[in-house]
Amino acid sequence: MAFSHRVLPILLLLPELAVVGIFFLWPSVQAIGEAFQETNAFGLRSHFAGLANFQAALQGGYGQAIEVTVAFTVLTAVASMAFGLFLAVQVEQTGRWRTLYRTVFIWTYAVPGAVAAALWLFLFEPQIGPGARLLGALGVHWNFALSGPQAFGLIVALTVWQQTAYDFVFFSAGLQGIRTDVLEAASLDGAGPITRFWRVVMPLLGPTVVFVAVMDVLAALFGSFAVIDVITQGGPAGATTTLVYMLYRDGFQNGDVGLAGAETILLFVLAGILLAVQVRVLNRRAHYR
Amino acid sequence: MRRRRRWRPGGRHVLLVLLAVFLALPLYLALVVATHSAASVLRGVPVVPGNQLGANLATIFGPGIPGTPSITTMLANSAVMALSVAVLKVVLSVPAAYAVTFFHFPGRRLAFALIFVTLMLPIEVRFFPTYAVTAHLSLLDTRTGLILPLIASATAVFLLRQSFRAFPLELADAARLDGIGPLRFLTSVVLPLTRPILAAIFVLEFIYGWNQYLWPLLVSSSASQATIVMGVKEIISASQSFAVPQWNLVMAITLVALVPPVIMVVLMQRWFVRGLMSGIN
Repeated sequence: MAFSHRVLPILLLLPELAVVGIFFLWPSVQAIGEAFQETNAFGLRSHFAGLANFQAALQGGYGQAIEVTVAFTVLTAVASMAFGLFLAVQVEQTGRWRTLYRTVFIWTYAVPGAVAAALWLFLFEPQIGPGARLLGALGVHWNFALSGPQAFGLIVALTVWQQTAYDFVFFSAGLQGIRTDVLEAASLDGAGPITRFWRVVMPLLGPTVVFVAVMDVLAALFGSFAVIDVITQGGPAGATTTLVYMLYRDGFQNGDVGLAGAETILLFVLAGILLAVQVRVLNRRAHYR
Repeated sequence: MRRRRRWRPGGRHVLLVLLAVFLALPLYLALVVATHSAASVLRGVPVVPGNQLGANLATIFGPGIPGTPSITTMLANSAVMALSVAVLKVVLSVPAAYAVTFFHFPGRRLAFALIFVTLMLPIEVRFFPTYAVTAHLSLLDTRTGLILPLIASATAVFLLRQSFRAFPLELADAARLDGIGPLRFLTSVVLPLTRPILAAIFVLEFIYGWNQYLWPLLVSSSASQATIVMGVKEIISASQSFAVPQWNLVMAITLVALVPPVIMVVLMQRWFVRGLMSGIN
């Protein structure tokens, strides 16, 4: 902490805070207002509606959307972290091949979600998709447009395909930051590869694991919109309707401002809970560093 | 010393290569399909490349799929968006992170908390009210409206702050004693030493900008403002309205749409991982 100015840091922060104010805080206040109001069909008049919008939001597919969102988030986060960490650990030990391997495992992260969805949509298109034919040959009656579990599985698999690469990058960076002399010391003390991994590498990787977990949860909760919109549009029968997709449909396709406002506030609450969890975990993990 | 069983390096390479091939299958298939005619794709998906790539590229860059915006326009819009988002995020985050790391001032904690909150409010959470605000500012269907709501970034501020914190404080003290002001210290000492993390953030944010789907879909309603990524769904449904579905053209377009961000991450890989290391360790 070197400098003690009063005005300069505020000026330095001003552009960032201006954007935060206009495009984060103002919309948030607006959403709170809308959530408690009811606007008539012509959008001309609105009146205070109390909790009516929240009641409406919590009825209709909300319970299912929460189940879908939670299952999707847990499955994709756990699978991507496990695969990402496994790949990172393996690739770190390949010596001079490391850079090459990194390239072949990193690229899926950069593929736009909607584009990845297009590739997979073709791959698993029920009539001509090669993936669909392969599954058919294995005796699976494949049609994700009709089967909820198949649609959900497809979205999960595609998300893991992308998110593993992201986790792999951050785990690679984290592993590289672990000094080799620490590992050598553990090795001299008689620790085998498995003990070294769980007792030395994992604790030192703690902050990275937390960071990656947070990013995965955020990506799953909020980042899956493109994939769902291109492949399933939330169907069949709501099997892939997440909270964000439901909000999009209520707000933009059905044009229900009050309902969408209430759903936005519920998403804010969810985000707030995550934020609190994150702060707690980060504080607890801080002593490793 | 006790001998231990080790993973044979050969086994590891076999496993890694198999995994890499498996992950690349969807891309390979797209590449193959993009080199065939629509009719031959319908007869049975080919496994080896054909000779229609030139013809397909000529179609998508020429007449295009009827009812969809021009590919060149969409690519240009995507490029402008991705570059603007990346540059503006760096331009906003560097001074912000510098202020909360190197200064003592009243309100520092509040400012940091405000930026922290944005981490939990990605555009997918706040799009509904943000759309209303953007409409209120008459920014719908403009580049400004497309870009500005996306450029406050907690991730960038955090990665920068982590890397600034690792900075030797003696350097800052020495600078102050030498009468070097904080701004000159930033531009002549801090920034040159944090180049890897700046490059990493640029790559992250370029990809973030290029890959945006939901926000452009809402804001950019006219064909002249469309981006390539938001156009994917429309392109797929237009391609299905032919007697023979034009999957070959769809795959050619998806390849064109994924090349810029993928090239970016592959070329910048070395800087990227090194930059992230300084940011998260």
